[in-house]
Amino acid sequence: MFAAATLALLVTVSLALARAVLGPTVFDRLLATNTIGTCTVLLLAVIGFLTGRPEFLDLALVYGLLNLVGTVAVLKFFHDRQLDDRRRQREATR
Amino acid sequence: MSSMLIDIASWICLLAGGAFCIVGALGLLRMPDFYTRMHAASVVDTLGAGLVLLGLILQAGLSLVAAKLAMVGLLLFFTGPVAGHALAKAAMRRGLAPLLADADGALSGSSSPTRKQGAESPDKEDTPSKP
Repeated sequence: MFAAATLALLVTVSLALARAVLGPTVFDRLLATNTIGTCTVLLLAVIGFLTGRPEFLDLALVYGLLNLVGTVAVLKFFHDRQLDDRRRQREATR
Repeated sequence: MSSMLIDIASWICLLAGGAFCIVGALGLLRMPDFYTRMHAASVVDTLGAGLVLLGLILQAGLSLVAAKLAMVGLLLFFTGPVAGHALAKAAMRRGLAPLLADADGALSGSSSPTRKQGAESPDKEDTPSKP
């Protein structure tokens, strides 16, 4: 049964990957990347059960945190064109 | 007997979660514009992730593993809406117009990003400074 869930999650990841490749705008690609990240967290958890090694859950937690940070960082980059807040403030006061 | 019932419940949860994930990904692939794709992708974040994690928690029983799974679920519960909100806000700021239907059902609107020219951005400080 874990194998069926793994297969379903792999199908989900491949469909989202197709959207990431096709996506007309950068936001479509980011949305697909975010979905792939969520599916990877679930996939890690399910594979941990499939192989009888629940230590994979720690990896899933770390991957979930990195997923949010990555998405927000890329969005911030596309929003401000830079990641440095201090430089942005200097340019605003100039 | 009760362990078999729990097994069956966990299998149903895992299969339903996988099915919801596939449905969400199909929507992500087939929907016509960015905002409807976001709507479809949120199914994966909520029902898909929730049901898969619930199935795993039922399978794990009352242990540290179940607590870790609950933590993963809590993390997805909080970070999913944050990422979605940031994504939609960035797309709106960038001037990505939603696809709208008028009275007779014809679709209008552009799915390609077009920069708005200052008129629709009330807060001047937050608009990105153009080099």
